[in-house]
Amino acid sequence: MANFSIKHQPGFTAIAATCFVVLYLPIIVLVFYAFNAATSTSEWGGFSLKWFQSAWQNTQVIDATVRSFQIGSVAAVLATIAATMAALATTRTAAYPGLTFKYAAINQPLMVPEIVTGVALLIFFSRIKIFTGYSGLGYLIAAHTAFCIPFAYLPIRARLENMDLTLERAAADLYATPWRTFRRITLPLLWPGILAGLMLAFVISLDDVVITEFVKSGGQDTLPTYMLGQIRRGITPEINAISTVFLLLSVAIVTLFFFISRKRD
Amino acid sequence: MVTIKQEQNLPPRAGHLNGVIVPEQPDKNAIEVRGVRKVFGSGENQVAALDTVSVSIRENEFFTLLGPSGCGKTTLLRLIAGFDFPTAGEILLYGQDIAPLPPFKRPVNTVFQSYALFPHMTVAENIGFGLEMLGKSKAEIKARVGEMLKLVKMEALAGRRTSQISGGQQQRVALARALAPQPKVLLLDEPLSALDYKLRKEMQIELKRLQHETGITFIFVTHDQEEALTMSDRIAVMSSGKILQVGTPWDIYDKPAERFVADFIGETNFLTAAISGMGGGKARATLKSGATIEATVAEGFQPKDNATVVVRPEHAKLTSGKGDLSGTVENIVYFGTDTHIHVQLDSGEAFTVRQQNTRSAGCGFERGDKVGIQIGNDAAQVLRD
Repeated sequence: MANFSIKHQPGFTAIAATCFVVLYLPIIVLVFYAFNAATSTSEWGGFSLKWFQSAWQNTQVIDATVRSFQIGSVAAVLATIAATMAALATTRTAAYPGLTFKYAAINQPLMVPEIVTGVALLIFFSRIKIFTGYSGLGYLIAAHTAFCIPFAYLPIRARLENMDLTLERAAADLYATPWRTFRRITLPLLWPGILAGLMLAFVISLDDVVITEFVKSGGQDTLPTYMLGQIRRGITPEINAISTVFLLLSVAIVTLFFFISRKRD
Repeated sequence: MVTIKQEQNLPPRAGHLNGVIVPEQPDKNAIEVRGVRKVFGSGENQVAALDTVSVSIRENEFFTLLGPSGCGKTTLLRLIAGFDFPTAGEILLYGQDIAPLPPFKRPVNTVFQSYALFPHMTVAENIGFGLEMLGKSKAEIKARVGEMLKLVKMEALAGRRTSQISGGQQQRVALARALAPQPKVLLLDEPLSALDYKLRKEMQIELKRLQHETGITFIFVTHDQEEALTMSDRIAVMSSGKILQVGTPWDIYDKPAERFVADFIGETNFLTAAISGMGGGKARATLKSGATIEATVAEGFQPKDNATVVVRPEHAKLTSGKGDLSGTVENIVYFGTDTHIHVQLDSGEAFTVRQQNTRSAGCGFERGDKVGIQIGNDAAQVLRD
């Protein structure tokens, strides 16, 4: 019997297969060679966990990882708070001239090339450094917060737009002041969106290279910038091992948040 | 009809009752809408959703705002609830202007069309929400929630999430939630429109019972004329941002003042007539067929020489002999309880007669039959147009 479903058309399977191969094969190869006993990332020399051990004992790796998590967690929380406020302000209002401009402004980091933001921040922060003498992690946290906002904003705004406005109206009708309506109705219903935003922001921050590379001071390597620096000096399967752990962490975080947000629903 | 029973229980109401004019009792008005205008948009895009509306709603009354979508009935409800504010005019709640107050400061509660139950709370938490916001004690909230659950017969489902109960049950919870804080006025925004026919009928009776038991003034919004007729003490018929007529269901159905009201509520026949001999609220109307019938005229209205007269299909009788009108049967439509017989009058106008069905016999007429139509005594009403 002929199948009229639009899903089944000649060539679809081949295209899909190609996409999956390009997406996943390099990652599989990378993970595979993390367990290589040899010093090469392309010649197999037997199974070994020594590169994981060597990465674990490398204080530079541990430092960079801890820094990544510090920056990522603080920036994700700050960005999510800002994004929640922005989402509330841009959805709980009738459309007015300038609203589209505000959307664009909030989503700026999605549109402006990262390299431009990186250079701009480098110049901007160097001025502040001269004036204040401060050269701590604050700059990286500020930069990460800024570019994480749109990633946190999008799921929160989507959640708000799907939320029935009548619920808030009903709460107001039942004597709840605007603040109590927010605390008792809007916020609990918004949680899954906020968690999704937080997760996205955290993962994006963890992953950033370009802006971090420009903004960081000496000795402020995050895990991605450390790895980039290592690759320049010649590659060993230690990088594969670090990447593998990094990958597992990302998958674990995303899965965890996915289940939390689903349970909240 | 319920209305008649209510008339006996309550003090005489304002308006025209048994030919005696009863004065308005302003102190007994729960809500008084005075000259309220609501304009949406600005400049050239301005739309007047409410065009200077004034109406009084009495204490302990089941009052219905009836009209097609876009007539302004929901806008008026939203203004009373406080979700919107009037462009001009006052809304008095027991004499106090509430128009500028936010919704959480008005002792008025709403049953929403979509119910708007809080999905992250249980049935009991939903019902208790208003009381909690009013700062009532835990014990008081518990007692009152119990009472409300009993009132809407939902005791067994108190701990359920609102997503785990049926549409009809959600409706009851929405009612209980709005009634729990004992509002001075309860607003109902087409609350039955999402229910299926049978459940809707049940809830209509349920709503009447709740109104009677709680003694709270109900303002009910609907576009369903049948719902309005069966439930209301009084109805305001609205169209294009204006209130056209306010009256008991009987008034509205049998004495429609305007063409829109006559047309919107039930089915009716419009006949052109020459008016003569006004007197005692009645006029003599000479129809195109030459027959002259007696027609009621709205109080204080002086019809012109030519006017439109309306006759309800069930107030006319088909005969095979001569009647006030004559014509040919065009179509016969069977409705179960009754049969509608569409007649093309010799004058060129159309006329429908509704005839009660019996079990054994047919309606007694066939397509193409030459028939006469007898208009009953006191069946005709002159429209203000």
